[in-house]
Amino acid sequence: MATPAADLRPKYKKALIGGDELAKAFTFLFAALILVVTVLLVLELWRTSSPAKEKFGFGFLTSQLWNPVTDEYGALPFIYGTVLTSFLALLIAVPLGVGAAIYLSELALPRVSNALTFLVELLAAVPSVIFGLLAIFTLVPAMRDYVQPALQKIFSFQPLAPFFDGPTFGVGYLTAGIILAVMTFPFIISVSREALMAVPREQREAALALGATKWESTWQIVLPYAKLGILGSVFLGLARALGETMAVTMVIGNSEAIHQSIISPGYTIAAVIANNFAEASGKMFTSALVELGLVLFALTMLINGFAQLMIVLTTKKGAAKS
Amino acid sequence: MKKTLIAGAIAAAAIFTGAASAQNITGAGATFPAPIYQKWFADYKAAHSSVQINYQAIGSGGGIKQLTDGTVDFGASDMPMTEKQVAEVKVKPLHFPTVLGGVVLTYNVPGVETGLQLSGDVVAGIFMGTIKKWNDPKIKLDNKKAALPDKDIVVVHRSDSSGTSFVFTDYLSNVSADWKSKVGANTAVQWPTGLGQKGSDGVAGMVKQTPNSIGYVELLYAVQNKMAFADLKNAAGKYVKATFESVTAAAAASKGLDKDLKGSIVNAPGAKSYPLSTYTWLLIPSKIDDAGKKAAITGFLKWALADGQKQAEGLSYAPLPAGVAKLALAQIAEIK
Repeated sequence: MATPAADLRPKYKKALIGGDELAKAFTFLFAALILVVTVLLVLELWRTSSPAKEKFGFGFLTSQLWNPVTDEYGALPFIYGTVLTSFLALLIAVPLGVGAAIYLSELALPRVSNALTFLVELLAAVPSVIFGLLAIFTLVPAMRDYVQPALQKIFSFQPLAPFFDGPTFGVGYLTAGIILAVMTFPFIISVSREALMAVPREQREAALALGATKWESTWQIVLPYAKLGILGSVFLGLARALGETMAVTMVIGNSEAIHQSIISPGYTIAAVIANNFAEASGKMFTSALVELGLVLFALTMLINGFAQLMIVLTTKKGAAKS
Repeated sequence: MKKTLIAGAIAAAAIFTGAASAQNITGAGATFPAPIYQKWFADYKAAHSSVQINYQAIGSGGGIKQLTDGTVDFGASDMPMTEKQVAEVKVKPLHFPTVLGGVVLTYNVPGVETGLQLSGDVVAGIFMGTIKKWNDPKIKLDNKKAALPDKDIVVVHRSDSSGTSFVFTDYLSNVSADWKSKVGANTAVQWPTGLGQKGSDGVAGMVKQTPNSIGYVELLYAVQNKMAFADLKNAAGKYVKATFESVTAAAAASKGLDKDLKGSIVNAPGAKSYPLSTYTWLLIPSKIDDAGKKAAITGFLKWALADGQKQAEGLSYAPLPAGVAKLALAQIAEIK
């Protein structure tokens, strides 16, 4: 019984000196730390929101009431605003982003591609408050004076008219959607471009050898091959759009109600938390805001997890075949 | 856990920055009186170098919250604490009125550059969404000569919880039964209509760049930014411009503060009273264990409520009426 310990000791010593075990232990610690932080975050959100959860139950998710005077809260207008603005953002950003990625990875000269990619990455690093300020001073007046009246004219027929109804404030769901599109599309471009570049060279060469044109090979061979990675980039963009706060609160109009028209003011989860948390009076108000945070957390976790899975799947597929 | 961490960090910061003999005092709360508070604290430090008062302008609600959590030595608020809020604090806080201010309705109506006049029920109607156009007969009744456009009114309100919103909604609840029953008064309410913008600068910016809009900001803010604001019809039926005199007149004519020096002075009687006026308060615990801190805080209060008042007008606030200042000075003795 004594021998194994004696045998093991030099082995461990060697591993420790070599650094393998040490490195493993440390990196495990770091990895675990991230998990611990996430778990603590959820626990804290769960705990602090318990008064609201007890009082409103699942009705919180479906109620449209948001009244700090009577202490009654519902999340639906904010969930609606968050989902709608993100959807509008993707509607604009996906075709633009994927199109740009195709150009950068397949069609552009390497020098042009590198320069443009650098610029796109710069765009991704601009703080969101800057986008918000730009939007207030340029986008909002343009929306108010030109875009929104024009949309009302174009879509003045049924059944689309109600979606473009109402006074033109300049701010609103659509304006927030546009600013979110500008903010998400650098991510869509970068990740889509990576996915397209990961497509093995042989795939393109084979297509070209069979007589396909450059565009046919891109559209019919490369794009389908990279579609999961592109989908992953879309989900990453969506996750960013869902959680974006400053730029959105500056242009969405912050109105705690659900409006059918996409040019009317609305609200998102992140915006209502940012606006109210510092001055929230009373336990129930704070608790309701924290519960909103929990809802947003669940939403983004779900989407992020899905995106991660997509990306893992595509890179594996690409690596196996190249 | 988070609270203790913050408290620890503040304590650590206090120890770290404090010179051996200095008395460090931390406060937090309303943004509206922050400019004069900062001036007071700086001036008081110049005269009493051992007292360093740090003030964080995080908003009235935040001030009350931090006082309740015990992370600051004093709070500040534009809204007197409710009985429920007072009950949540371990040591009963005392309300010390410090200065007066007003809230004004700033507007941007092409064709009506100045001189817009509004009565209370019209303001309530606009913010309820029942008065939708600028040429509504009810607005015309207040402005017989003005060329009011046939345009939708763009209503702008605060999206963040704020003492200014409390004063404004308190006023609307006072002048409109409809508002009182459907919306009510609070630092944040469920706004029936309009756009929300964060902070006074957010509201002011939105109004400035949106034609046919109206919003509310502190008088001080409107004066500093040279914005147009409407004359309001007061309880005596007179249209009154918001000035520091008309705000003081409202305080003098109102029924006064209760025995805890709390109270609202919106819609005060008197021909010269501006109806959208308010006190702002420092919230000081009634029992301070640390003798040094207690001496510093009471010393500061004695100075602010007497000599400090002279600075109010220079910084665009209205000083306390003499009677109120006297009551507040007498209340200092209640700090044990």
